[in-house]
Amino acid sequence: MSETAMTALPAPAPPRRMGHASFWLATAAAAALIILALRGIGSEYAYFAATFVLQYVVLATAWNILGGYAGYVNFGAAAFFAAGAYTTVAAGKALGFGLLPCVGLAAIVGGILGFGTGLLTLRLRGAYFAIATLCLSVVLQTAVTNWSYVGGSRGAYVIRPRDVPFGFDSYGGYLCALAVVLAAVAVALARTIETSRLGLGLAALRDDEMAAEAAGVPTLRLKLIATSISGAMMAVAGAPLPYLGSYVEPNSAFGLAYAVNAIAMPLIGGTASWAGPLIGAVLLASLQQAATVTISSAANLMIVGVVLVVFVCVAPHGIIGLFRKRI
Amino acid sequence: MDPNLVLLLNGIVSGLLLGGLYAAAAVGLSISFGMLDIVNIAHPAFMVLSALLVALLWSTTGLDPLLLSLLLAPVFWLLGAGLYSVYHHFFERRGDEAIQGLAFFFGVMFIIEVGLVLTLGPEQHFADAAYAATTWRLGEIDLPLRMLVPAATAMAAIGILALFLRRSFTGRAIAAVAQDREALRLLAINPTHIKRLAFGISIAFAALAGGALAVVQPMDAWSGHIFIGRVFAIVIMGGLSSLGGCVVAALAFGVVENVTATFFGPSWSPAVAFGCLLVVLAFRPQGLFGRMA
Repeated sequence: MSETAMTALPAPAPPRRMGHASFWLATAAAAALIILALRGIGSEYAYFAATFVLQYVVLATAWNILGGYAGYVNFGAAAFFAAGAYTTVAAGKALGFGLLPCVGLAAIVGGILGFGTGLLTLRLRGAYFAIATLCLSVVLQTAVTNWSYVGGSRGAYVIRPRDVPFGFDSYGGYLCALAVVLAAVAVALARTIETSRLGLGLAALRDDEMAAEAAGVPTLRLKLIATSISGAMMAVAGAPLPYLGSYVEPNSAFGLAYAVNAIAMPLIGGTASWAGPLIGAVLLASLQQAATVTISSAANLMIVGVVLVVFVCVAPHGIIGLFRKRI
Repeated sequence: MDPNLVLLLNGIVSGLLLGGLYAAAAVGLSISFGMLDIVNIAHPAFMVLSALLVALLWSTTGLDPLLLSLLLAPVFWLLGAGLYSVYHHFFERRGDEAIQGLAFFFGVMFIIEVGLVLTLGPEQHFADAAYAATTWRLGEIDLPLRMLVPAATAMAAIGILALFLRRSFTGRAIAAVAQDREALRLLAINPTHIKRLAFGISIAFAALAGGALAVVQPMDAWSGHIFIGRVFAIVIMGGLSSLGGCVVAALAFGVVENVTATFFGPSWSPAVAFGCLLVVLAFRPQGLFGRMA
């Protein structure tokens, strides 16, 4: 009797979910395909446009680790991004480092910066954290503007090396491949965090910090880990910037466009999962690149602002939220 | 007198005048952020909008810029009330104000600024009042009317606002909505109406502050950014919802910034001021004059 009941009610199948290792492998395969496809197109503009989009994929994914998973809004994405860019300038000038060691160094600088900001402000309510990050951006920009070693307000030139590493057809191609790899690592890392204990803890404190604390979630430690990882990834996104344009100056490196895009992209895509910032960044950055080429660069900023406001009003859970509701 | 002392005195006095302007900017935010708990990042953008409109109207009509900003204030009140209605409809009612609300105001700020660049161009605009070239001198201390008149006007407006909040029934209801919105319902007052009114007042103050700024310095569409940190810093240091604390913090902030600019060069002054804010946030989050909630 009981046996038949058991067979009549089979245990619900666990939801099929890709393991960490297979997700990393799939991302690596996707990255390799993208690099090969871009190599096939082989035009310098395609490399540039792809690098532009991919740097935003990294930035938006990094923002989402703190903003989307933990619910803490960071208005200072531009500060971390520029910290990465200026790490490249300073390390290249002082130690003669090439781009790859600079990316690693930028991660360390961004991580320390994120940890420090978190330590100062994360005991407070969310809005204070947002304002403190905005201030961090101003303080850092002032410091860089007054730091003549990296060019001060005149900006700094970074000459691309003549020999192209790893047999790429041009330096633009090399930068683009690097951006693909960084974006793939960022997305895979975000997905790993999301499905791990860290992600669960962050989601708990996003929904109700007091309750999470009471249930034994070490909220402050989790938030500090999240700000450090997020800061490190944002700085990594900025590290190749000096080589991309051969020139950086404080006003453009700390530009509000980075801060507003870093917020708009995850919100448009959907903040609850790793796919949201990816979708948002690809859509919005391609749209901006197209608008810059066809209309004007002021108009493309207008587009970002309007799309952001419309989306947060009409679709508060982003594009992913729109599809989830239907199903 | 010792020239360094004269420099210091002049730095303090003009810092106080500058602080008067900052107070006008910060009091509006103290209403929205401090009392209504609406993190209006776009507040400085409204100031810039008003400053550029005043400059534009001044060059066509030739009226006094501060008078023009007074005339603009009711228009901005309507704008603020409308903005609050949108905010309430989409965010506050749904309880989504944390991330989505912040992003909404961030987007509004961006739209205002880019809109100004697209319509008026990126160049600087200013309004020259009739008294702008006059400077009163008290001994060694200069009192330029270009700074004194806007600061005095701002202080007068803040005084009227403080009276309104303390004496009138509506004003007290605004102060009450900050503390307990459900209690207002028991008195048959609709908290949403009160908040809409208060948010309108906050944006109207942005219009006044913008007019004062247009007299003091040339403004361009992006001038608001430097003010975001400033006004939030002042409001937090002043203890969020206290008007008196806000004014004192604004004056202190103006003096610190101005003395730094006098002795170390103007490019360092923002860092010092924001450094103050980071220190206050880290060690005294309830503000210099606030009580712990």
